[in-house]
Amino acid sequence: MSLEMIGITVLWTFLYGYLIIASIDFGAGFFSYYSMKTKKDHIVNTVIERYLSPVWEVTNVFLIFFIVGVIGFFPDTAYYYGTALLIPGSVFLILLSIRGSFYAFAHYGVRSNRVYMFLYGATGLLIPASLSTILTMSEGGFIKKTDSGITLSIVQLFTNPYSWAVTFLAIVSVLYISSSFLTFYANRANDTPARELLRKYALAWSGPTILASLLVFWALSHHNPNHFQRALEIGWCFGLSLLCFIGAVFLIWKRKCFGLAFVLVMLQFGFAFFGYGASHLPYLLDPYITIQGAVTSPVLGKALIITFIAGLLVLIPSLGLLLWLFLFNAKYVRGEHEEEHL
Amino acid sequence: MDAVFWSRILTAETLSFHIIFATIGVGVPLFISLAEAWGIWKKDNHYIMLAKRWTRGFVITVAVGVVTGTCIGFMLSLLWPQFMQLAGNVISLPLFMETFAFFVEAIFLGIYLYTWDRFKNPWIHWATSIPIVIGSSMSALFITIVNAFMNTPAGFRLENGKAVDIDPIAAMLNPATPSKVAHVLSSAYLTCGFLLASIAAYHILKGRNHVYYKKALRLTMITGFILAVATFAAGDISGKFLAKYQPTKLAAAEWHFETTKQAPLVFGGVLNKETQEVKYGIKIPFALSILAGNSPNHEVKGLNDIPQDLWPPLYIHYLFDGMVAIGFYLLLVSAIFAIEWYRKKGNQWSPWLLRGIVLGAPLAFIAIQLGWIFAEVGRQPWVITGVLRVDKAATTANHVSSTTWAFSALYLALGIITCIVLYRLFRHNRAEDELAKRYGL
Repeated sequence: MSLEMIGITVLWTFLYGYLIIASIDFGAGFFSYYSMKTKKDHIVNTVIERYLSPVWEVTNVFLIFFIVGVIGFFPDTAYYYGTALLIPGSVFLILLSIRGSFYAFAHYGVRSNRVYMFLYGATGLLIPASLSTILTMSEGGFIKKTDSGITLSIVQLFTNPYSWAVTFLAIVSVLYISSSFLTFYANRANDTPARELLRKYALAWSGPTILASLLVFWALSHHNPNHFQRALEIGWCFGLSLLCFIGAVFLIWKRKCFGLAFVLVMLQFGFAFFGYGASHLPYLLDPYITIQGAVTSPVLGKALIITFIAGLLVLIPSLGLLLWLFLFNAKYVRGEHEEEHL
Repeated sequence: MDAVFWSRILTAETLSFHIIFATIGVGVPLFISLAEAWGIWKKDNHYIMLAKRWTRGFVITVAVGVVTGTCIGFMLSLLWPQFMQLAGNVISLPLFMETFAFFVEAIFLGIYLYTWDRFKNPWIHWATSIPIVIGSSMSALFITIVNAFMNTPAGFRLENGKAVDIDPIAAMLNPATPSKVAHVLSSAYLTCGFLLASIAAYHILKGRNHVYYKKALRLTMITGFILAVATFAAGDISGKFLAKYQPTKLAAAEWHFETTKQAPLVFGGVLNKETQEVKYGIKIPFALSILAGNSPNHEVKGLNDIPQDLWPPLYIHYLFDGMVAIGFYLLLVSAIFAIEWYRKKGNQWSPWLLRGIVLGAPLAFIAIQLGWIFAEVGRQPWVITGVLRVDKAATTANHVSSTTWAFSALYLALGIITCIVLYRLFRHNRAEDELAKRYGL
């Protein structure tokens, strides 16, 4: 495999990791707020907090890793996206800052209040929406290179059906991934009321998710026919994704094997995400940046790959330890270590 | 005002705000780990409680450090796209390593926070603090390497504005790396030592005479003294580095115009730019030559040998003086404490010494700010010295000014809320009561 293919594959995998764990986090924020509004917060909040507390900081790092990696491997992205995304990027950063710091403030400091819960819930949906617009832009047509530099047409972005379809998909996916994970987690905690409530959410958001996926395909065929054509060529990817979706919904519906159901949800998004990524190539920004414009120095390329591998050797066991201590530790999940928290 | 101006303001503001929390993030884990290890070793729950309470406050500051760090990470590309396009090619390796170190730190912080008393052997819990200490220090190390590269670029060649022949290791081990890393790490540890010591000293001054505070003060101040000596040594190495590799920065810091031997060090004063004369300053003969080359006869390059359009602003003299003066103050205070502790008849708890320690904490943070502004402004007009000028690197996008205002509001709010949250966290929860409740001490 060529250097740039290894690079983009690793980076895409990190982005996929971010997609899954950030979705759980973002969705949890919305469910916390929604259940407070409907006076059901006492049912789900302990489960949500027990899972999120040890992992909230890790979530952020996945995203930073992706950004640093993209710029390291494909420095041109810094120039094009960096210039075009000043405003949307800043909005995203401010939302992320509010969310991240407020989570720690509320959890480790003061008790949560309504304003905070609202901000926490709202940012949970706005952040994925703002991030998804970057994927939209990568399809081309919104970022223009002129003599005076790089410009982004915000108006075009807001009036384009494809960009709305992607935003819609991002929001409903977040809620669907999050609720199906939390159903599994509540089930492990033997917390039946929480599980039942979250199961309802999961089933409710499964329909919109699949609908939004189809909508994205339809919009893509109009916006970027070439990309759509490449996607059709690896149509089996999306077929497998659909099968996994059906399997997951079936299991959740039947209240069986919630763990396997969540694995299927991960596979569903895995197939779709990698299928989308593969068909997007060779463009990183249609038509200005392709992956062939990656780092040209072979020494640097080799060093980056070695760093990747060395880093992963440290990272994977550490992540494993984290999961083992807080996700697969029945005592912790059931809350038996609760009193020892700070 | 143009995009370059606003980009500089926003970057400066973000970094200044971030560096407060980043310093805490690097230094405090060291002290938490030390206190826990000492507590387990001596079977002394005072130290365990110390580690716990420090951790509790630490988590709040880490959160702000993480979000502001994310901000600056993205801003490098948003505000300086051409810089990142060039630098991304050369320094992606240390940037990568920085994220890995940060990753490890984040993972183990989660583990450390939620496994107090989970293991039968307390050393296992303590062991999870080691990756936090290493991770946070490593991420400081790697990000400092990136900054060192901007000061003394190495490991590549420019061809038609593109970097070629990239040697990532040579770029990382550029001339500025050793002195910068040593100075950044030692000063961050020292600052946190004073931060934690000042909390204990404040309580003792308020008449809270519990042995807990005295143990806290002793641990932080004795360590602080060692760190102050280390910071002093690192500062001296940095001075020699500047004289050799960035003479412009050193000459501007010292208002040193004519290249001479036996150069004096000037402290304070007012500069007359026309005559290049310094009034009211304290002159220490030979000191600059000694700082630069260990000998009074060392020749120090003056500003007049450098084209004037490459001079950094001359106000950095005051920043340099401020940083050095505070450094000496911290060394003095911690040395007095260490001596009083060592002397049989010494009084470590004299109110004047305690006041000196309390004052030391804000001063240490001011010194960090002054030192960084000096280091950054001192390499103006370059982003990458000799390679890329600041005015060629800023974004061409509009609306940088409104972005700056939005972030200013964010940092202001975060700063205020952090203080309120920390205050509430500890106000009604006194260490004495917690010790009594939990350990019956």
